[in-house]
Amino acid sequence: MTLHAITVLGHDRPGIIAETTDRLADLGLNLEDSSMTLLRGHFAMTLICAGDATDADISSALSPLADDGTLTVTVREVPAEPAPVATGSTWVLTVHGGDRPGIVSAFASEVARVGGNITDLTTRLGGELYLLVAEVDLPADADPDALRAALDAAADRLGVGATLREAEADDL
Amino acid sequence: MIDERLRAWSEDELGVAGVVLDVVRAPAGVLSHDGARVDPTAPETVQLAADLVATMRVSPGCVGLAAPQVGAGVKVFCVDVSAHPKTRDHHGTFVLCNAEVVEASRNEKAREGCMSVPDFTGDVKRATRLVVTGELPGTGERVTFETNAFEARALQHEIDHCDGLLFLDRAAGAHAIHARKTYL
Repeated sequence: MTLHAITVLGHDRPGIIAETTDRLADLGLNLEDSSMTLLRGHFAMTLICAGDATDADISSALSPLADDGTLTVTVREVPAEPAPVATGSTWVLTVHGGDRPGIVSAFASEVARVGGNITDLTTRLGGELYLLVAEVDLPADADPDALRAALDAAADRLGVGATLREAEADDL
Repeated sequence: MIDERLRAWSEDELGVAGVVLDVVRAPAGVLSHDGARVDPTAPETVQLAADLVATMRVSPGCVGLAAPQVGAGVKVFCVDVSAHPKTRDHHGTFVLCNAEVVEASRNEKAREGCMSVPDFTGDVKRATRLVVTGELPGTGERVTFETNAFEARALQHEIDHCDGLLFLDRAAGAHAIHARKTYL
């Protein structure tokens, strides 16, 4: 059993997911984690699947998807990663303001500087409004107030607004 | 439960005609700065209160409007959730100045939109039981009242506007903001 990371990226049209997953199912592959979305009209899919097929088998099976030149498919075997043990705290970072280059890098740098790990990130552009929402794991020894001050300083430099709030768990 | 004074309030008490104003959109700076406290009896506050109600009335689907959304960086907003299907208890149309949340409990997540953020909606966790205090424009009377469900959500959304926060600042996670698909 091996794990494979597969990406499918390109011009959106109906049927891409159906065709891709059908070909993977024919190889006996199981989709373990996947993310599929539209980015500015471009279809983007990343998935991790497990099975007995090789990279070459998978690439061959998916190659018809790329035949018309509108989609790019990549396949790469990846090692199984142990599930991380949560020791710190989880936060949600929101940034919004006028669109300009460098917003993501400025805030990601501040998070990295304190050893924080961005586990999920979405950016969107709507009209003139640029929006970044990220989920951030902070190590147990990180100082959230100091990070918040650094994020506020970055926000002032870029002329945007930033908020950092501890993620709320839904206890059922 | 229902505060009868607030329920009985209407914009007629203001004694001035409201003017429909343009609604400001993000990333305008006025939406991201903490609003100043106001004198609820000042003539400019009374006029602003009337203008907010007038602008809310002509905006389809609008259940609340805060001063920063019409370009005024002050703590004044209007609300009227009486016609909304998610409403339980409500106080009709009213305007509050310098409002603050006194007590909040029973958080629930729900989808919110905003006239100042027309391209996105977002999942936001808010209290569904709320006690709010504020001052009525014109008389300056202080009211403290309890509310719930959709009126509680609307009040928190508007009080956030007055404090320089958008619903985007309360996104529940990286996938909590969505492209808006329908516009009223």
